[in-house]
Amino acid sequence: MNRIDKLFHSGKKNILSVYFTAGYPEVDSTAGIINSLVRAGVDMIEIGIPFSDPLADGPVIQKSSSNALKNGMSLRLLFHQLESIRSSVNIPLLLMGYLNPVLKFGMENFCRSCSVTGIDGIILPDLPPEIYTEQYREIFRKYGLYNILLISPSTEAERIRLIDSITDGFIYMVSSSSVTGVKQGFNDEQKAYFERVAGMNLTHPLMIGFGISSNETFAEACRYANGAIVGSAFIKMLEKEGYSDENIKKFVKDLKKE
Amino acid sequence: MRYNVDGKGFYGEFGGAFIPEMLYANIRELQENYLRIIESEDFRKEFKYFLKNYAGRPSPLYFARRLSEHYGTQIYLKREDLNHTGAHKINNTIGQILIAKRLGKTRIIAETGAGQHGVATATVCALMGLKCVVYMGKLDVERQAPNVLRMRMLGAEVIPVESGNMTLKDATNEAIRDWISNPADTYYLIGSVVGPHPYPDLVSRLQSVISEELIFQLQEHVGRNYPDFIIACVGGGSNAAGSFYHYLDNHDVKLVAVEAAGKGIGTGMTAATITEGTPGIIHGSRTILMQNDDGQITEPYSISAGLDYPGIGPQLAWLGKTGRVKFEYATDDEALEAAFRLMRFEGIIPALEPAHALAALGKIKFSENDIVVVILSGRGDKDMASYIKYLENRSCKTPVNINM
Ligand SMILES: Cc1ncc(COP(=O)(O)O)c(C=O)c1O
Repeated sequence: MNRIDKLFHSGKKNILSVYFTAGYPEVDSTAGIINSLVRAGVDMIEIGIPFSDPLADGPVIQKSSSNALKNGMSLRLLFHQLESIRSSVNIPLLLMGYLNPVLKFGMENFCRSCSVTGIDGIILPDLPPEIYTEQYREIFRKYGLYNILLISPSTEAERIRLIDSITDGFIYMVSSSSVTGVKQGFNDEQKAYFERVAGMNLTHPLMIGFGISSNETFAEACRYANGAIVGSAFIKMLEKEGYSDENIKKFVKDLKKE
Repeated sequence: MRYNVDGKGFYGEFGGAFIPEMLYANIRELQENYLRIIESEDFRKEFKYFLKNYAGRPSPLYFARRLSEHYGTQIYLKREDLNHTGAHKINNTIGQILIAKRLGKTRIIAETGAGQHGVATATVCALMGLKCVVYMGKLDVERQAPNVLRMRMLGAEVIPVESGNMTLKDATNEAIRDWISNPADTYYLIGSVVGPHPYPDLVSRLQSVISEELIFQLQEHVGRNYPDFIIACVGGGSNAAGSFYHYLDNHDVKLVAVEAAGKGIGTGMTAATITEGTPGIIHGSRTILMQNDDGQITEPYSISAGLDYPGIGPQLAWLGKTGRVKFEYATDDEALEAAFRLMRFEGIIPALEPAHALAALGKIKFSENDIVVVILSGRGDKDMASYIKYLENRSCKTPVNINM
């Protein structure tokens, strides 16, 4: 069974997934940060593939992305860094990024490398579901790789059901009409959207992402979904405090504090 | 061969709408409504009205006698430089602002490089009383100060973009991010035949007024409604797409698109996308773009800020691949020389962008009776600083001793 399914089938609540950009803050900090996050008790990790033109990202991830590229990060190097990651890590690992670097790498090549490395799923926000099913789903299947699709507040019910029928593992529920970034709490409109989607009885679990930055927002998101994804807030912490095991442990502990 | 967009938004393998889900509803709204709107009687009337009475269309088709003698062929200039705001860009912004109004949008966003599209957008927003926000790379804000002032005088808010390389590509990213964050009231008024479907088709239809006029103007001038050649410069490709539009299926018309080669092909300082680029995704469209081996989009270079885009419209990528359009390129120096030649022969100071199209005149073999239309997409006011710098560097102030 795919590790993502295993996690959601375990009945675990308040699932915490953390996103960070590969190659940031240092070119070879990737594996160390993953191991620290595992030790700190996160449930899932999204490893960002840096891109020159991250359309759906706010300033924090834009900056980590361009710094990672300046550090010399690339997809090729990332697979190399993750070569032996499965000897120490058992939680689901996902790669998140934009389509262009993946296409340049070659979709089949990419999926094969993911499978060899032990990557469980992929999130490519600019790969539309229609193109995915027409052109790439077969390749993903061949390598047992999950493709996680997004919904946003402007996604209509019918399309949410379509996405539910295509996505693997879970649905990535974008919390607001915005790019990634740190925000203060949710407004009523967002809560109404969370409630509306939670009430649809979809076949896949829901993870809420974008704007989850604190203990409060994490707890609130978990009231409506199986868990939540933290990205910009974590990267901000890395930038300010550094990526020591201790800092990462404290960050995760503060987020999960009941 | 099919040269226009198919039912799924593709031109052969190029095009499509590679956008995050957050933009799906907005793009869908546009996809479902743009044809209905631009084909409606009411839109056509209003569009025509503003093109004629506000922009000053039809733009003249002018027989360039001395230039023709120089090149030994029959050269006609399509004078888009005489439009209000000084370029073909106004055709597109008038059309799109009328669409935005019909979609009930109240806030307009745009990207700009040199500032021509930004000025044209700020202009129509003032005309229609709509709020206007223009994203412009911080570097371009510094390089194109007069256009920044123009936009601000016209009431637009100009936001300097500090991400990435701080140029057009990054300004476009930032405009898209704004649209993601303001999906309800905002219309993204894109400046060329780029971006996700339906923008490439939408903008080429609005710019097709250029070839529509060529049909009757050529009939008047030469007694035949088509030329042997149409030559246009290509940044994103909107003046080219619009001037080729009605001639795509007429294979007697040779279509030539001219890219900016900057310091030269192979120097790493060029914007010649078709010559140096490879297939990929940029700004929501599958097309040819300049990128490194890791799929990171690279920064193009050209003396002409309007041609300085790392991608190209998907239709032009397709027209290039099918061989319908022949691609040429011109370096900075070739464009400058062609610009000065036009000044001295015809008394017209062109923008640096169409100077690249003019430079291609020296690279193509014409016969004496060929009817050659060059799209003079804009005037040179905005490029005074570059022209002066060029003269100073060549230490040939006045008179210009350009090789004619
Ligand atoms: C005068 C002029 N010509 C051409 C262009 C290039 O755009 P396109 O290729 O869309 O016509 C620009 C862009 O700013 C311009 O200002």
